[in-house]
Amino acid sequence: MIKVGFYPGCSMKGGAQEYQESVTALAKVFDIELVEVPDWNCCGATAAHNMNKELSLSLPARIMALAEKEGITDIVVPCAACYNRLSLVKHELAEDPSLSSKVASIIDLKYQGTTQILNIIQFIDKYITDKLEEKVVKPFDYKSACYYGCLLVRPHSILKFDRVEDPQSMDVLVRKAGGNAIDWAFKTECCGAGLSVSRTDTVARLSGNILKDAVDREAEVVVVACPMCHSNLDMRRPEINKFLEKKIDVPVMYISQVLGLAVGIDAKTLGLNRHMTEVNLPVRPAKEPAVAAVPEKVVITQKTEA
Amino acid sequence: MSRIGVFVCHCGENISATVNCEKVAKITGELKGVEFSTDYKYMCSYPGQTLIKEAIKEHKLDGVVVAACSPRMHEPTFRKACAEAGLNPFLCEMSNIREHCSWVHPKDDLTTEKAQDLVRVMVEKVKKNKALNSIKVPVTKTALVIGGGIAGIQAALDIANCGHKVIMVERQPSIGGHMSQLSETFPTLDCSQCILTPRMVEVAQHPNITLHTYSEVESVDGFIGNFKVKIRKRSKSIDEHLCTGCGLCTTKCPQKKIPNEFERGLGFRPAIYVPFPQAVPNKPVIDREHCTYYIKGKCKICEIVCPTKAIRFDQEDEVIDVAVGAIVMATGFDVLKTDYFPEYGYGKYADVIDGLAFERLASASGPTQGEIRRPSDGKIPKKIVFVACAGSRDPAKGIEYCSKICCMYTAKHAMLYKHKVHDGIPYVFYMDIRAGGKNYEEFVRRTIVEDETQYIRGRVSTIYEKNGKLIVKGADTLMGAQPVEIEADMVVLATAGVANHGAEELAQTVHISYDPYKFFAEAHPKLKPVETNTAGIFLAGACQAPKDIPESVAAASGAAVKVAALFSNDELTRDPLVAVVNRSAPPVYSQCVGCFLCQSVCPYQAIEREEIKNRNGEVIKTLARVNEGLCQGCGTCVALCRTKAIDIHGYSNQQVYTEIMALLND
Repeated sequence: MIKVGFYPGCSMKGGAQEYQESVTALAKVFDIELVEVPDWNCCGATAAHNMNKELSLSLPARIMALAEKEGITDIVVPCAACYNRLSLVKHELAEDPSLSSKVASIIDLKYQGTTQILNIIQFIDKYITDKLEEKVVKPFDYKSACYYGCLLVRPHSILKFDRVEDPQSMDVLVRKAGGNAIDWAFKTECCGAGLSVSRTDTVARLSGNILKDAVDREAEVVVVACPMCHSNLDMRRPEINKFLEKKIDVPVMYISQVLGLAVGIDAKTLGLNRHMTEVNLPVRPAKEPAVAAVPEKVVITQKTEA
Repeated sequence: MSRIGVFVCHCGENISATVNCEKVAKITGELKGVEFSTDYKYMCSYPGQTLIKEAIKEHKLDGVVVAACSPRMHEPTFRKACAEAGLNPFLCEMSNIREHCSWVHPKDDLTTEKAQDLVRVMVEKVKKNKALNSIKVPVTKTALVIGGGIAGIQAALDIANCGHKVIMVERQPSIGGHMSQLSETFPTLDCSQCILTPRMVEVAQHPNITLHTYSEVESVDGFIGNFKVKIRKRSKSIDEHLCTGCGLCTTKCPQKKIPNEFERGLGFRPAIYVPFPQAVPNKPVIDREHCTYYIKGKCKICEIVCPTKAIRFDQEDEVIDVAVGAIVMATGFDVLKTDYFPEYGYGKYADVIDGLAFERLASASGPTQGEIRRPSDGKIPKKIVFVACAGSRDPAKGIEYCSKICCMYTAKHAMLYKHKVHDGIPYVFYMDIRAGGKNYEEFVRRTIVEDETQYIRGRVSTIYEKNGKLIVKGADTLMGAQPVEIEADMVVLATAGVANHGAEELAQTVHISYDPYKFFAEAHPKLKPVETNTAGIFLAGACQAPKDIPESVAAASGAAVKVAALFSNDELTRDPLVAVVNRSAPPVYSQCVGCFLCQSVCPYQAIEREEIKNRNGEVIKTLARVNEGLCQGCGTCVALCRTKAIDIHGYSNQQVYTEIMALLND
């Protein structure tokens, strides 16, 4: 059993319980135990860095400092917003040692910035991908639109994760799980994010356009890696349907749920029953995994100057 | 006791703004051995030089230190002035108080003190300087032109018409370069092929020009006037003397589906091919990577059909040695590769093409005979979006510079499209329209006004395909950054002009410097635009920076004049700052022990073996000797010599130590 650090953030304990359940269940299949950072706090999300710079640095720094104290080297951060905040703070403190020591005095903990922050895909790639294909028992044979959103890939100059304008990492994972990751246009468009409550109409428009393109291209499922994206695409369905003037029933699943199904975890353990939009995938007769439609001539590596 | 003169230059305000030049002159004037010191506003000007000359005569100076700019800038100027006043030019040295001091420090007493230190160091060095005589070397009056595009062609013809021999090396099977791919040229819309192909033929037929196509420069040794170059002539797999260029082989070759590079992948070619019908030389080559015979070991259909039996499957590469006196670099440019634009779907969608591909579509000799038809289904596009600055002026893509030619060729593309598809609508997304040039602005106006092209000032954020249309999303910044969405049939990206592939390796092969973008560096951006920092090597065309045709041709003619001027001398004089192996009498007691480590490290093969014989003619010792004609004075041998037997004239170990001691003994 490998132990890897885990930062749930607020969403895993609330609206996105099924995300944590599926990540934990998936990790277990691959003999990995996720250890929560003890006494963790809020990452600050959008509120802190709009209000108070020091607070926005200190909150994530405290989480990382606590992990360091526990001897945790890798922290898995499934929420894309938390991942973004932790990574950006780590970068900013590494760039400015005097700021780093100031933050250390605020949180009253030793902070070195040595922990590795992993988003869900990086975690899977580091610990699971190599063994994934041999564990697949039920190929996820569905046309999948992988939706990355904004926080996973931007700002590219700091996160340096995947191709910022046309990411591929989730598509690769879905293909390994036997799925057919389709090429579509809205991979990194904004879902409306935190406007979900204050400007629901905007979210309905933005998320609606995303779902419309996926459905137009005959996607059977939208795959996400962010609880915020999930909540907008899944929970705001009544408003979206009103905006689009038609009913869209494509389910939205976390990448951990997709891989979980493929390696044979049951739907309930993965929390699929918790979604607002029912996950009702058609039963496919067992066959060879569908041949992935890899677009020709697309080069995965992006050459960017740091 | 020395009698040294110190001359401190203000360089207008370049130095005097931060350094107290009067004080530098006064303090250094008190140094031991300094006979005279003064300061002046422009020491390099005629009155400034006269000042130096008169001081040399009046004060009987035996050494001169000019404290001014970098010696790269004006050392020849001041040494010449000293020589005119009767002082050996190598007794004159420059102390760089501009680049090394005034430009990099604020106005401060410490800055002035640093200038004094720099001058004092040089005074101590000059005390140890020796009078030296220039070295004379012969000039080989043959030029090498690398690259056979319009710049190389122009340079070669100009040099050849001056009566000098020219060797042209071109990597591709034909000369012509990018210009041969173009349809019409801005701002006059004359056909590119019509003005280029006669020049190509002229190159092939010129008695003074030897053409090596399908060839590359492998190594360059030597120096100005005396370069030794190895050229690898890649095997064309045909006997050029027997081949008549009838083209039968190209029609019978069973490999027909190889993407045609000349057509930017919009058409196909066989494995034995000429790149385009007007190619020079108009004789095919076999692309061994795709030829059935080289892949599977059988086929040889071309050999069977060839009426003159010219096919040579076993032909090998040939490496030839040539001696030249000057080299013109004319290797051109390339356009940015596909993987820079995932957001534009370039490489993913067949109808998102680059500017060069559009040139082929618009060209009468192109894959569509000049009709604008989109690559995916051959339909005539009714809406085209042109995206300017695709990669250029975009630090996020790693290219900060303006590619310069795109504004004009995009306007031309929109115009050509409108001329051919009257009911079509061309859109151009642009950042700024940079149309500086004779008749350029008028040309762009014509595109906008007469040809009704929709110019939208803003950038394109993303392009995706939906229901057979390309959805182009962007912003119109003149309308308050209002989002714009266009359903286009085809998109043309004006991708950034970048250094040609292999430019970096070639620059290292010929020993010239290049910038961070791998474009070759000129010796001075304003006053030496076609020279490199390596004497005898010149630049022509877009290998230096993105350039349009008129500019490339002008630069090529400029480079040709430099070559012709060089060849107007029968011999060149060189600075005698070369390595020398110290000899004693008798030579057997020389410090050199004959280990020849120096020979193994010399990059210029300038170390020779000299045998010392006794009266009976028996070899009693072998010593190193430096060939002054080959030595470039790099000093590698000096650093390596175990017995300190080698020194460099003008930079002896003793002189360098003296400089260091002068600094330490402040």
